[in-house]
Amino acid sequence: MTLAEMQFQIPDLRLASAEIFILLMACLILVGDLLVRDRKRTLTFVATQLTLVGAAMITFASSTGETVYTFSNMYVGDLMADLLKLLLYLTVIVVLFYSRGYILERPQMARGEYYSLALFATLGMMVMISASHLVTVYIGLELLSLSLYAMVAMNRDSVPATEAAMKFFVLGALASGLLLYGMSMIYGATGTLEIPAIAERLYMGQFDKGILVFGLVFLVAGLAFKLGVVPFHMWIPDVYHGAPTAVTLFIATAPKLAAFAMVMRLLVNGLIVVSQDWQAMLIILSVLSMAIGNIAAIAQTNLKRMLAYSAISHMGFMLLGIVTGVVGGDARFALNAYSSAMFYVITYVLTSAGTFGMILLLARGGLESDELDDFKGLNKRSPWFAGVMMMMMFSMAGIPFFVGFFAKFSVLQAVVAAGYLWLAIVAVAFSLIGCFYYLRVVKIMYFDPPANMSPIEAPLDMKILMSANGLAVALLGIFPQVLMSLCAFSLLRSL
Amino acid sequence: MSGTPLLSLAIWVPIVAGLAVLATGSDRNAPLARALSLIGAVVGLLVTIPLYTDFDLQTPAMQFVELRPWIPRFNVNYHLGVDGISMLFVILNSFITVTVVLAGWQVIDSKVAQYNAGFLIMSGLLNGIFSALDGVLFYVFFEASLIPLYLIIGIWGGPNRVYAAFKFFLFTLFGSLLFLIALLYLFISSGGSFSILDWHRMPIGMTAQTWLFLAFLVAFAVKVPMWPVHTWLPDAHVEAPTGGSIVLAAIALKLGAYGFLRFSLPIAPDASHQLAGLVVALSLIAIIYIGFVALVQEDMKKLVAYSSIAHMGFVTLGFFLFSPMGVEGALVQMISHGFVSGAMFFSIGVMYDRAHSRMIADYGGVVNTMPKFAAFFMLFAMANAGLPATSGFVGEFMVILAAVEHNFWVAFAAASTMIVGAAYTLWMYKRVVFGSVANHHVAELKDINGREFLIFVLFAIGALGMGLYPQPFTEVMHSSVDELLRHVALSKIQ
Repeated sequence: MTLAEMQFQIPDLRLASAEIFILLMACLILVGDLLVRDRKRTLTFVATQLTLVGAAMITFASSTGETVYTFSNMYVGDLMADLLKLLLYLTVIVVLFYSRGYILERPQMARGEYYSLALFATLGMMVMISASHLVTVYIGLELLSLSLYAMVAMNRDSVPATEAAMKFFVLGALASGLLLYGMSMIYGATGTLEIPAIAERLYMGQFDKGILVFGLVFLVAGLAFKLGVVPFHMWIPDVYHGAPTAVTLFIATAPKLAAFAMVMRLLVNGLIVVSQDWQAMLIILSVLSMAIGNIAAIAQTNLKRMLAYSAISHMGFMLLGIVTGVVGGDARFALNAYSSAMFYVITYVLTSAGTFGMILLLARGGLESDELDDFKGLNKRSPWFAGVMMMMMFSMAGIPFFVGFFAKFSVLQAVVAAGYLWLAIVAVAFSLIGCFYYLRVVKIMYFDPPANMSPIEAPLDMKILMSANGLAVALLGIFPQVLMSLCAFSLLRSL
Repeated sequence: MSGTPLLSLAIWVPIVAGLAVLATGSDRNAPLARALSLIGAVVGLLVTIPLYTDFDLQTPAMQFVELRPWIPRFNVNYHLGVDGISMLFVILNSFITVTVVLAGWQVIDSKVAQYNAGFLIMSGLLNGIFSALDGVLFYVFFEASLIPLYLIIGIWGGPNRVYAAFKFFLFTLFGSLLFLIALLYLFISSGGSFSILDWHRMPIGMTAQTWLFLAFLVAFAVKVPMWPVHTWLPDAHVEAPTGGSIVLAAIALKLGAYGFLRFSLPIAPDASHQLAGLVVALSLIAIIYIGFVALVQEDMKKLVAYSSIAHMGFVTLGFFLFSPMGVEGALVQMISHGFVSGAMFFSIGVMYDRAHSRMIADYGGVVNTMPKFAAFFMLFAMANAGLPATSGFVGEFMVILAAVEHNFWVAFAAASTMIVGAAYTLWMYKRVVFGSVANHHVAELKDINGREFLIFVLFAIGALGMGLYPQPFTEVMHSSVDELLRHVALSKIQ
């Protein structure tokens, strides 16, 4: 291919058709919403959901199972990306259903912007998932982050929400800066921004090790910020707690999928040759996250804050799957380890959606229901939803027959297979500590007398979805095979 | 009957029945919930009967085997089967479930459906533990069975129930998490098999065996419970409702002991021999020290809880003598303890339902107002003390005989508890039942009704039948126990 041909090459837009569709629809919805007089924005809501369904269909139809590049190798389409994107659409659809009742009761939030911001955030995550160029990663990340900052701040009159948005923005910008600085160092060390090319140059040994590792530190720090692992976790509790619950639900679910993809693209696809270096860093981050996350969660009285610390510990646990891929230059276990981490993230997102959804389900009449005491005696008020919440809690604690057990199980077997017995023991020790606060939620729902006996009023669609979410946690706990093999298969075809 | 998946039925009939009971919903449908639970429990018991009648006495191999892939990704199979060691526990557990449903018939009047469903689901899970031949399947049942008991103690328990429920859950989980790592280690080092039977055959070096043995020991010692990790048991027993105490004593405590036979001994035989002294010492401490602790208890449930720990000490002692007499004696003791301790907790429950006290001091002269009850209580107290002709005698006697062969002083120490055991049980019995009527509460006591009579008869058949004619129980164990000991005698170090 000559230079002249390259310059006139039109990128293969079909590969990115889902992204383009979402972008067009997000703009359309943003403008079209101006014409909607309906205070409830039903039309906007339906259009957003249909957009996501449409994007899912496009992604599904255009999936070839091959790894293909377009936009001058800035964009990659592979099976891992397709699977994660499909799960992403599903998550956002569920999240929007869950949050609908909540935002309708808050006039500041019940605007069309909420839906278009959600779509832009989704687009950002899709770009992150399909990035094969450091700049693409950064663009996707910023699109996601900026949308989230705005969503957190949407409830303008709420002081905690504004404060949370401010913290989120300042720390997020700092993290982006770190990431960008790390990327520039990697560019300096290898002379390229394309992730596959970076991997190739590292493999050939054409790089400056000192500069690369220097950049790697910043890169990992930036990633750790975005994942929310210790010691870069400070924003998580405050943002989870301060943000409107509907937005917390959004932040706590879908971006975890994208963050996983980002870790895979940058560290595994790009920097696998120096895995020794980043694995050592991630082990420290992981152990610290499990320790601080689980211990700090015990002291919380606010459920959102407790779940924030729990999220920190879960991300720490997930990292165990990433750090055990390559042991002493031996990549035999890579597929096993990375697919277990992927399974962990997916099941965490499923469970997390259910738990925050439950807070939204109980929050009615403009009141929040995010204190632990709001769940008192839930078993008397609604045995079914108490049962669903109990399943979520036991799943998060990693007790069988719920899916969380198999998530922990698959990560732990990867850790043991890699020979890190001590790491496995540390991980289960902190899970035991973590079990305490999940059990406490069950205790509050089942053993304590109810503070009020008001029945649960929620739209039927939400009740059905909540129930389906609970059943999914239980059924995937009995039959985890399909999802596990799906993760393994998609990674096998993508790595 | 060869084609019928009996073990699957034993597991899933109670669980499905439990879910059906749960679906009956609020307490308006309590009679329906009770009836449905009883049907579920009885059917659950009936499907386990063929396990005994069709059992092949000659073979030590697993019988009624079911093998289906479950999670092929990790080579996890839905692999069920019982041998002479585990088969009786499946039946015992299904039997206990019937008595538990009956025991809660009138006493439990709030959230009836959830209560009965909890026990039915737990019954299925416990059957799963005893029949699982796949490490992950075993572990999954083992941990899942914590959930129903946690809820049962926490919702229907006494004033300090939250503390007891948490302690129970976290203690047991603490043990089982190390167990999980041991399972994963075996999975990796066996080249990708979770089959317990494969692990039995696999050679393992001494260091690995020692670590595995210790991991198993922590898990099972908590569950048995052995001294010094027994402290959760008295709390759980005291706070649990009667049904919870019955299941806890009769079945849940057997899981740890069963684990020794299924995991510790056959997977790490060399380490078992080497560390047998440790287990024997812990068992003797449990037998003697806990026996004296039981002597000073003022709460009847606590007293029986401590006596359970002492009795389980005999079980672990019997296992680690490595003789057929010792292991069979320990197995007999486990089943006998299932009947006797279940009946003891039920007796205390009968009194508690009437007088709302478990304190020995609040009673006295119960025989005057409850003569029929006193007769049954006498029988079970005697069985608990190990009187000949009751089931309690057979197991302890066999273990002591085996201990004499092993080491006289161990036998001497163990036998001394026959006296302590008799002392604490009979002294309690004397203070509660005999004498003149102590106070107006006792004077108002009504004797047992037909339902309670039926439960006592069921327990009495078990306790007396096993004491007078233990043959039907021991004959099914012979070939499996012999095979186990032959296996344990061989070194796995290569």
